[in-house]
Amino acid sequence: MNILKFIESFTTENMMNVKGSRRDIFSQVGLVGKNAALTAIPFGIAALTSTKASAAVKDSTSGNPVAALQLALTLEYLENEFYQLGLDSGVIPAGGREEKVFMQIAAHEADHVTFLQNGLGANSISKPTFDFTVGGVFDPFNKTGIGNADAYTQFLVLAQAFEDTGVRAYKGQAANLISTPDLLTAALRIHSVEARHASEVRRLRGLKGWITGSERGAGMPAATQAVYNGEEVTSQAGFNTALLFGAAAGSEAYDEPLTGAEAVAIASLFIV
Amino acid sequence: MKNEVKIHGVSSSSLKGRREFLKLSGMAVAGTGLFLAGCSSDEKIELNSSFSSTAKMGNNGHFPGVKNGVFDLGGNDFGVLTYAYALEQLEADFYTKVVNASGFSSTFNDIEKEVLTDLYHHEVIHREFFKTALTSGLPNPKHQLLPNLSFTYGDLNFNNRDQVLATAKALEDTGVAAYNGAGRLLSNPDYLLLAGKIVSVEARHASAIRSLINPNSKDFAGNDVVDTTTGLDVSKNPSEVALIAATFITTPFTAKYLP
Repeated sequence: MNILKFIESFTTENMMNVKGSRRDIFSQVGLVGKNAALTAIPFGIAALTSTKASAAVKDSTSGNPVAALQLALTLEYLENEFYQLGLDSGVIPAGGREEKVFMQIAAHEADHVTFLQNGLGANSISKPTFDFTVGGVFDPFNKTGIGNADAYTQFLVLAQAFEDTGVRAYKGQAANLISTPDLLTAALRIHSVEARHASEVRRLRGLKGWITGSERGAGMPAATQAVYNGEEVTSQAGFNTALLFGAAAGSEAYDEPLTGAEAVAIASLFIV
Repeated sequence: MKNEVKIHGVSSSSLKGRREFLKLSGMAVAGTGLFLAGCSSDEKIELNSSFSSTAKMGNNGHFPGVKNGVFDLGGNDFGVLTYAYALEQLEADFYTKVVNASGFSSTFNDIEKEVLTDLYHHEVIHREFFKTALTSGLPNPKHQLLPNLSFTYGDLNFNNRDQVLATAKALEDTGVAAYNGAGRLLSNPDYLLLAGKIVSVEARHASAIRSLINPNSKDFAGNDVVDTTTGLDVSKNPSEVALIAATFITTPFTAKYLP
């Protein structure tokens, strides 16, 4: 299946879950005003703004395990290639904690790709073509000579964004797997690995391992804010989680989901 | 490390392995209060199709509550939520004792204190969340809400950094495994999402604690918890988790209707 076709279908299916207009999506994604970046993301956005099949969308809330796993595989392809390119680039400081961390994360993402490909079988999708520079905004692999230190800073920023996105995206798909318990369990077991990764990458960057409010954290560019919007929730099933220790702790204690469309919109930034 | 709680490499099919775990835990094995009624110790408990189909059919009368003089967690969604409430009670109690220990401010460095205080907040919030949710959701909470459990930590020294972090690691990894295993037992997607919101925070905790213990390593998502072939995290059934929780929980209860 063509990745772009998949993204379009997925995004359309989940259109009803997307709050806000096209303008809002652009605003959320916050593409630092660079036209070059915008050209890299036409598909997810275009699909989001499509008005077709809105009737069918309303009937798709019962969940689609295949689409859920295809979204998962897309995110794993993205992470897998990102970390492999990072390790190959020489940007990650060698011989210390950083290299051990990213070798372990890369190994997991490669395993997840294989696992999901096997799980999807004939419904598997091929790997998209990624652009981790987002049309030249980033240079996480020091391709243009900004230097390893600056490139590594950007690499860490993207790694945090990818891991926190992964946690939220898997969480958003859990209900779509409720009719397939084995797949649900597998997805949950990947979900918690992504959360372990996210915590470590955040701590490498000097942040807490958990998300406070909708804060993207020090050093994260505004372009990554879409990853954190909606994390500030302090009401869980009617319980005020801010009551005991305040809103910061209350929001930290729960991670919030991303809809499929929201996750696709983020991933699409990096898909050519 | 002395007193490190070994929860991995414990064969769920081996009674010897389980005893080995209890011995290695370095804690007084006082937690004999938890009866694994209906679960033979040397039998691996599988989620079989009959349970699965039963679980989807409604409660069948298996609400939480006292049965034959002992509180049973119940089955189906309320059973799973009560099980989660029991685990959150344990975690909350542990971190409450950690941050209130006489030597807390001197035992841990600033980063460790921040992490442990955050975990104390998060776990107490989780506990109170389940208490509130179950109280409002159960048809007869006066009799069906799990009471406040009692705990023991054996000879654990709360002013010993290594012992506290090792126990925290065991509890957080157990929490991750428990929620990962329990997801499929839930039939209500809203409950599943709530469990998902919590489990990833537990996994963030586990990673941070592991990183505090061994920062210059891959232990944050170590090969002892993440399968090296599939990249999948640990997952355990309630009966397996009960063996670990029984080390700490002294209040008798049963889990007859959970796998």
